[in-house]
Amino acid sequence: MNNWMASLSILQNSSIWVYILKGVLFTLIISVIAVVIGILWGSILALLRNYCTQPKNRIFKWLATIYIEVFRNTPLLLWIFICLVFCPCPRLFERKMFGLTSVETKLLFKAAVALILFTSSVIAEIVRGGLNSVSNGQFEAGHSQGFSTVQIMIYIVLPQAYKNVVPTLLSQVITTIKDSSYLANVATIELMARVKKVLSSANMYNGTGNINVSDVFVLFGCATLIYFIINYSLSCVVRYLQKKNKKAPKTAAAE
Amino acid sequence: MSGIFSENAWLKVWTYRGTFGLGLLNTVETALAGVVLSLVIGIVLGLMATSKKRILKGISRVYVELIQNTPLLLQICFLYYALAFSGHSLGILVTGIISLGIYHGAYMAEVIRAGIEAIPKGQFEAAESQGFGYIGKMFFIILPQSIKIILPPMVNQVVNLIKNTSCLYIIGGADLISLTYSFVTGATTGGAYAPAYLVSGALFFIICYPLSKLASVWEENLKKRDQRVHMVISRRRGKKVA
Repeated sequence: MNNWMASLSILQNSSIWVYILKGVLFTLIISVIAVVIGILWGSILALLRNYCTQPKNRIFKWLATIYIEVFRNTPLLLWIFICLVFCPCPRLFERKMFGLTSVETKLLFKAAVALILFTSSVIAEIVRGGLNSVSNGQFEAGHSQGFSTVQIMIYIVLPQAYKNVVPTLLSQVITTIKDSSYLANVATIELMARVKKVLSSANMYNGTGNINVSDVFVLFGCATLIYFIINYSLSCVVRYLQKKNKKAPKTAAAE
Repeated sequence: MSGIFSENAWLKVWTYRGTFGLGLLNTVETALAGVVLSLVIGIVLGLMATSKKRILKGISRVYVELIQNTPLLLQICFLYYALAFSGHSLGILVTGIISLGIYHGAYMAEVIRAGIEAIPKGQFEAAESQGFGYIGKMFFIILPQSIKIILPPMVNQVVNLIKNTSCLYIIGGADLISLTYSFVTGATTGGAYAPAYLVSGALFFIICYPLSKLASVWEENLKKRDQRVHMVISRRRGKKVA
């Protein structure tokens, strides 16, 4: 019982809370950046894979296909390791920022690049699903109105495709938040890594002098709670949107 | 690019090919055991979610939400450290198998639930009216129909599970990725980054690509067949109306 009180006393330490909550912020920021860039890059990949079918630019289709399949069929951790070695880091990130040391910002940048590359391949497939759900008549209608292919994509096809995949993209945000915990393997900046670091020095905070099982439960319990609250609220939004999307065609038919 | 074309680096990888073999073996073993465990958990929870008892539904819902909304890495750390600090360490591979099974069990449960719920209610009622018990109804009527809906996403989950064996790294794992990393950073073996990562990436790709291709082709075929069935049905209806 004493151990439990000692472990709970860790949570009364406000500097630990600040440390962990900063980790939450990093997790969220990295995931949002990864998804936003992933949507841009993923859309380009999806368009290339779907519509570069003429013989002269078929090479782009193959490149996009290879990129997507390679990234989808290898683990994220491998790409994080690869980026740590091979990804060049611009000068901008080689200095102290956001209360991190210059080594940590460098790690953060490289690991985030890996996460972005990986996420964009998944998002490309999601967007492609959306593009495939847009009927062929839309293209023909666009052409008959004098739109060029690029204009058709931007003004007619992509908006409809995005509208169809909004719930899937949101659930990809959840997956990315979970995947960002892989960064804990190399960089000590986001939530998972910080909780693990606090655990490894829990003997200094709980007053008993050594790390107990109760510390594991209290600290990881907190992390679980934080992840759960963020992801569950997002998944509730996803479910609401899916319900709305399902209802919409019905009302349209009724009219 | 440190050494992608250097003969020395490739030779080093070839000399230590046993390391990669061991890593691959561990990954495949963990993945297979994890798949079996996740299937067991998934089937039990999936059936619970589609049962009529409220409490069973509730248990399955809570489990799925709790597991799906927290990262696998956290779960694996939780399990490993909780066991380690209470003096019941199970070993890395067993811990990995259990947490992979628990995590993907939640996803399997959702897949199976969706498959069962896609079967029209009439099938359940028909089976009951013919005097089937619960087990008979599920095994002879419902599951054979839902298996084709279930299998493609299930294969996708297996691919994810294989990729997620890399999680073992954080608890000091023995899987392919961890061994590759310790190979390239080791004091005597280090340096051959590009060939080593290329080899382990290729091994993952060789395992995962056929599976995910199978899943996507399967799904497309099912969709096409469904469309054909719908067309036939609507055509017949059209004739009757006419």
